Amino acid sequence: MAGQRCAVVGVGQTKYESTRGDVSMPGLVREAALRALADAEMEWADIDAVVIGKAPDFFEGVMMPELYLAEALGCVGKPILRVHTAGSVGGSTALVAASLVQAGVHGRVLTLGYEKQSESNAMWALSLPQPFQTSVNAGAGGYFSPIIRQYMTRSNAPDLIGCMVAFKDRRHALRNPYAHLHQTDLTFDQVVDSPMLWDPIRYSETCPSSDGACAMVLTDETAADRASKPVAWVHGTAMRSEANNFPGRDEVNPAASRQCAAEVFAQAGIRDPRNEIDVVEMYVPFSWYEPMWLESIGFCDEGEGWKLVEEGVTNFEGGDLPVNCSGGVLSSNPIGASGMIRFAEAALQVRGMAGDHQVDGVSKAFGHAYGGGAQYFAMWVLGTDKP
Amino acid sequence: MRPVAVVSTAQRQEPELSGLTEVELMAPLIEKARSAVGLTQADIGFTCSGSSDFLAGQAFSFVMTLDAVGPVPPIAESHVEMDGAWALYEAWVKLQIGEIDTALVYSYGKSSPGSIRDVLATQLDPYYVAPLWPDSWALGALQARVLLEGGVVSERRMAEIAARSQSHAAGNANAVRAGTPTVDDLLDTAFVADPLRPHDCAATADGGVAVVLAADDRAGDLSDRPAWIRGIDHRIDAHHFGVRDLVAAPSAALAARHAGLGSDRVDIAELHSPFTTSEHLLTDALGLDEAAVTINPSGGALAGDTLMASGLMRIAEVADRISAGTADRGVAHASSGPWLQQNLVCVMGAD
Repeated sequence: MAGQRCAVVGVGQTKYESTRGDVSMPGLVREAALRALADAEMEWADIDAVVIGKAPDFFEGVMMPELYLAEALGCVGKPILRVHTAGSVGGSTALVAASLVQAGVHGRVLTLGYEKQSESNAMWALSLPQPFQTSVNAGAGGYFSPIIRQYMTRSNAPDLIGCMVAFKDRRHALRNPYAHLHQTDLTFDQVVDSPMLWDPIRYSETCPSSDGACAMVLTDETAADRASKPVAWVHGTAMRSEANNFPGRDEVNPAASRQCAAEVFAQAGIRDPRNEIDVVEMYVPFSWYEPMWLESIGFCDEGEGWKLVEEGVTNFEGGDLPVNCSGGVLSSNPIGASGMIRFAEAALQVRGMAGDHQVDGVSKAFGHAYGGGAQYFAMWVLGTDKP
Repeated sequence: MRPVAVVSTAQRQEPELSGLTEVELMAPLIEKARSAVGLTQADIGFTCSGSSDFLAGQAFSFVMTLDAVGPVPPIAESHVEMDGAWALYEAWVKLQIGEIDTALVYSYGKSSPGSIRDVLATQLDPYYVAPLWPDSWALGALQARVLLEGGVVSERRMAEIAARSQSHAAGNANAVRAGTPTVDDLLDTAFVADPLRPHDCAATADGGVAVVLAADDRAGDLSDRPAWIRGIDHRIDAHHFGVRDLVAAPSAALAARHAGLGSDRVDIAELHSPFTTSEHLLTDALGLDEAAVTINPSGGALAGDTLMASGLMRIAEVADRISAGTADRGVAHASSGPWLQQNLVCVMGAD
């Protein structure tokens, strides 16, 4: 672990829904922030600084919205930083907040990610024509489908592995009251039979569009020692980025992903991730990314990720490496918050506060986010014990 | 805190750079800043940038610009949707943790493809204010009117600030508005947004800036005279119009205090003031004595304001003068949002 000790002492989430018409943007972020403060048993005045993240400003059409949200986030007279690192932003935002504590600059930091997709048009925002660039009018799914196809070819994975992941995460979501999708009667056959959007990605294998916000309170050791509830200690943090295009780039298993994982496990003193990590919250917006990231992060050898899925290793019930017990991005996707939700759910698991999707006996949890053309990565390892 | 210094800078600013992509703009500047101190990207511990999608006209625009760094093999990197001064702050925080010794910071903006005065209206309350499209000059004029009628500033004082900026800018190749107008000449021009005249509004520009930071002994290895960051802090004020006191910049004063400006003697100050009136407010908020401190030796933002890079350029201007030995101590300031809503203050020195 780098620098001074840091812990998550509070987590707050909104209900994730397709349209949170009952709240404005300030109302949405404030709801998550107040819940995180309540969980941390703190007041606004206890917070030294705020670090906020969200996906492109084009989504809601508000330029640098942290300016407008200053009052809602209780940070008048305080420092606020606004992070934006593509889809990984929720994770990166949490890591910038952690670095403020690790550096000894602040003792108590509120961090928050949000998106109000109902007030935005993501497909438009992602498809603005640019000179000298190919327009990705097919959206993110169209971008990632050839990469997934390459993975299937390379690993000889059976065709329905992606459907198994999607079905699993939607079942997990039924245990999480905050999840957007609660498809109580969903069957595996319905997932398989759903329309093919971007071959090989079916409609049921994609993430929804959600409104929502997620917040955490991070503190130094002094404040964490005083907390009355269990805290989650930061054992390792890492961010890596690589170029979108260069000769020899492995888009299926990017070097930035492998190096980011190696760095975060080295910091956390983890040599055997499969056996030392108890639960994983991983950024899986398209189902096939679960086996792909399992391999890239090092939970198994290359070409073996789909077998873990097939064997049920990543299931909440009966799996020894449960992945996305919250339902994951496949069940809730307020884009700018999606990475932070992964990081926050890892914290809830370590603190034993994940409710019906709590895994028994968690001592170490892994939070993960990625973005851009699978080129931006943010990861952390949390533990019950001080590092 | 761990000693951290600016050891290298490179910048470019012109009225319009619409013929260049962001990568074409930034790649030479980043290379210049790194190679000036003999570093390649492999030697850089952390990279952080600041930019706005609203200027680039593209979501995730910074992803493309990352190519200018040459991030192969992968790098530890982050981005803020803020002026590059805040990217420098994030890099400074990373250096405080103590695991790395160097950082690259860059930011850029091209306002010329659109109407920046209107684009800035999208920063305002999206439900009640932005739909009215109050442009940034109109808001600046509102504040100037309050200051004039309150007797805080005079039109002559505003013109004096503009004249000083333009004459200082005559020595700055990156300035886009320079000259030697008299105060009476300036006061003889027509309003663009009553009571603001053209010289009261910062000259919008396109450009970019890259800065290399180094910590401890590494800074001394890389530079004969590093510009040490003696204190850095940033604060934000309320946003909603009804609750702002337009005759003060409380978050600027607060940031200055937390950056230790009050206890430091400074020779120069580079202020990111979008209007002459904001420069007057900042001089007051930062407690600068104009008899002892050279304000905006580069001309400041009034002589060339590259949105998203102006603040980091102010830091580079102070660092360059300290490293060149023409100043021993200086303060750089960055701002963001309407009416100086958010402010960063960075105090630097040769020791």
